[in-house]
Amino acid sequence: MNRGRGPILAAFAASMLASVGLTVVYALGGDPQLEGALLGVALGGIAVALVLFAHRMLPGGQFVEPRDVVPRATAQRPGVAAAFESGAEPIERRRIIAAAFGASLALLGVAALFPIRSLGTRPGRTLDRTEWRRGRRAVTDAGRPLRLDDLELNSVVTVFPEAHEDAADSQTLLIRLPAGVRAPGPRDWSVSGVVAFSKICTHAGCPVGLYQAETQELFCPCHQSTFSVPQGAKPTFGPATRPLPQLPIGLDDDGYVIALSDYTEPVGPGFWNRPDD
Amino acid sequence: MIRRLARWIDDRIGGSAFAEQALSKVFPDHWSFMLGEIALYSFIVLVVTGIFLSFFFDPSVAETTYQGAYEPLQGATMSEAYRSVVELSYDVRAGLVMRQAHHWAAIVFIASLVVHLLRVFFTGAFRRPREMNWIVGLTLLILAFFNGFTGYSLPDDLLSGTGLRIAYSIALSIPVVGSWVAFLIFGGEFPAHEIIPRLFVTHILIVPGAIAALIGVHLALIWRQKHTDFAGPGRRESNVVGPVLWPTYAAYSVGLFFAVFAVIMTMGGLVQINPVWLYGPFHVAEVPSPAQPDWWLGWVEGAMRIFPPWEARAFGYEIPNPFYPGVLVPGVTFAALYLWPFLEARFTGDRGPHHLLERARDHPVRTAFGVTALSFFVLLQLAASNDLAANWLYASVATVSWTFRIVVPVVPPILGYLTYRLMTALQASGADRFAEVPLRAVLRPAGDGANGAGVGRLERVGPVETADRGKLGVDGAELTVYPEADGRWRWSYDRPADDFKLHSNKSYVTADLAQQSALQAYPETPLSESS
Repeated sequence: MNRGRGPILAAFAASMLASVGLTVVYALGGDPQLEGALLGVALGGIAVALVLFAHRMLPGGQFVEPRDVVPRATAQRPGVAAAFESGAEPIERRRIIAAAFGASLALLGVAALFPIRSLGTRPGRTLDRTEWRRGRRAVTDAGRPLRLDDLELNSVVTVFPEAHEDAADSQTLLIRLPAGVRAPGPRDWSVSGVVAFSKICTHAGCPVGLYQAETQELFCPCHQSTFSVPQGAKPTFGPATRPLPQLPIGLDDDGYVIALSDYTEPVGPGFWNRPDD
Repeated sequence: MIRRLARWIDDRIGGSAFAEQALSKVFPDHWSFMLGEIALYSFIVLVVTGIFLSFFFDPSVAETTYQGAYEPLQGATMSEAYRSVVELSYDVRAGLVMRQAHHWAAIVFIASLVVHLLRVFFTGAFRRPREMNWIVGLTLLILAFFNGFTGYSLPDDLLSGTGLRIAYSIALSIPVVGSWVAFLIFGGEFPAHEIIPRLFVTHILIVPGAIAALIGVHLALIWRQKHTDFAGPGRRESNVVGPVLWPTYAAYSVGLFFAVFAVIMTMGGLVQINPVWLYGPFHVAEVPSPAQPDWWLGWVEGAMRIFPPWEARAFGYEIPNPFYPGVLVPGVTFAALYLWPFLEARFTGDRGPHHLLERARDHPVRTAFGVTALSFFVLLQLAASNDLAANWLYASVATVSWTFRIVVPVVPPILGYLTYRLMTALQASGADRFAEVPLRAVLRPAGDGANGAGVGRLERVGPVETADRGKLGVDGAELTVYPEADGRWRWSYDRPADDFKLHSNKSYVTADLAQQSALQAYPETPLSESS
């Protein structure tokens, strides 16, 4: 019976040593790699020991057990039915009370649904609008307003409406197109080759983070929708179906870039009652 | 000591009958039956490591400035949630091991659930009477997906923030009620600040509670209905063969628990996962590139990526693009899975109870269907890496995506058809080693001649048709009821031709009871009584 005990005890010993090691490593300040390895040995030692023990020293062999036959339960069914029906009978006679109980529960259930409404604000038209207004300056997320000279040729800057730098729905890309590329959109929506498009992908709402300068395309790293800026940010590849909305921009008296109005259509991903373009 | 404690409890609440039943309960032994156990044990590891994490995580989006040990983020503005995760990883002793082990445990949990589901599907283990447990198991899988998603969204890093943003857009895309659904879940327009604390409560209380409860139901049903088994010597629809719970099976199973625990903790220490400090804190206008979700959401992500730019619009209303890959694909997938046992019963007309498992070849249509679906999801999974694939192959993302747009709908049905042909060919080949029964079957005259035993005859039994496996009438075996040293009775199933013998898992007070049990396990085998 004691034959083959050695490896089992060795595995337990390895586990115990590793556990002692763990406390030492912990006390000395800890180290993720060592902790992982020692935990592995401490737990794995027990695993190895138990499996070896079961394999070598516990009775093996296959046994057989009959399955319960379902008909045995079926035989008890008339009893259950009788027990239920004898109790159900006085309830069935007073239908009106049972109905009132049901109606009370139903109304209580409906009333209990209303607190769900407290979980969120009413969508209303919030999805149709952003924080851009006529005359609001375009600033970086650090709040710095931008003049045309601040914009590098053929590159993009992410801007927000001034004082609303954390408005996720208002994130906008200012793009200064290279010479020779005509600014898309209505003539008075751009200033000397600088155009502004919503940065929120019209597919699933990711920021359209990558600008490919050679082709003037915007690329969304989430699902690879690609938008051609010279064509009014029309999607040229990927699952997006709609162009990125364009923000009408101009300059204020100090030469800073401002919005001429809010976006004229909802930005971002589609939703059921999104107004027609 | 243990005996006295057991008696003390038994004197107060009873239960020794149940304990007797439990200790001698038979568990069929097959490597694939361990998959569910691995899932169970990784869930325990998830709970243990998760409790540790919950003491350090701060589910708050209040802004703070990082001052901890990780230099590159020094002075960066971030949420308390993200700060606490970085702090847990760098400043709390053993914190990183626990965090990574928790993530690895989640991956092992979901992976073992998926493979367990495949095992149950391809062997037909979901058939009557186990439809209920199929439903419970599927619900567990959905809850596991959901909790995995809420879990990796909690750190409020740039990658998980991107995942939440996509989830918000998918919620928004639901017809009629989408904007309400999105606003009620998030508390308002993205990124509403309520979402992190809500995810936290969901992740550590609501969903794990539901998972624990359903695991209880799942195990209770397995206990009650007993495990399925593959066909084999002595196995019948009416019995279950294997080691008994106490002590051998229990020792193996506890050993498996420690093995799962050991592997997960080792990975937690040695294999980096979800290094949120590299992704940086969430910022509304930033996005990581490339961005990919955890592997088990890859199929939805892949569908999102390659779905064509379609969007339905009529009467001033629209069904946006993310609805189809984000809601419809998973919805149809799980609806089909939930309904499968009932659909299969309807189409095959087989509504009877089954305890012996089928092999893939036994049911070519099911297997072909499974392979079609599985390859569809594997291809979608690959499509979720279209940008990485394009990088490796020096191809454009468009080329890779278009390839997937063609391959995903075309290849799975072809694979399904080939599978069907292969399975039917295997079936016809008769390569069926379980059906080999001993050619010589002998019945020994014995006992008092009751139950038709006592008549000796010789019979040849050839290889048996697949459909009859396990329902074998005569396989040359006899049942023997015999007394044990303590005066109780056991019975055995004995097939002398190949020296195969099984003993009953427990003993009975009278020979009659033992005989009853024997006949219940082998209603068709002759019975004898030895002295």
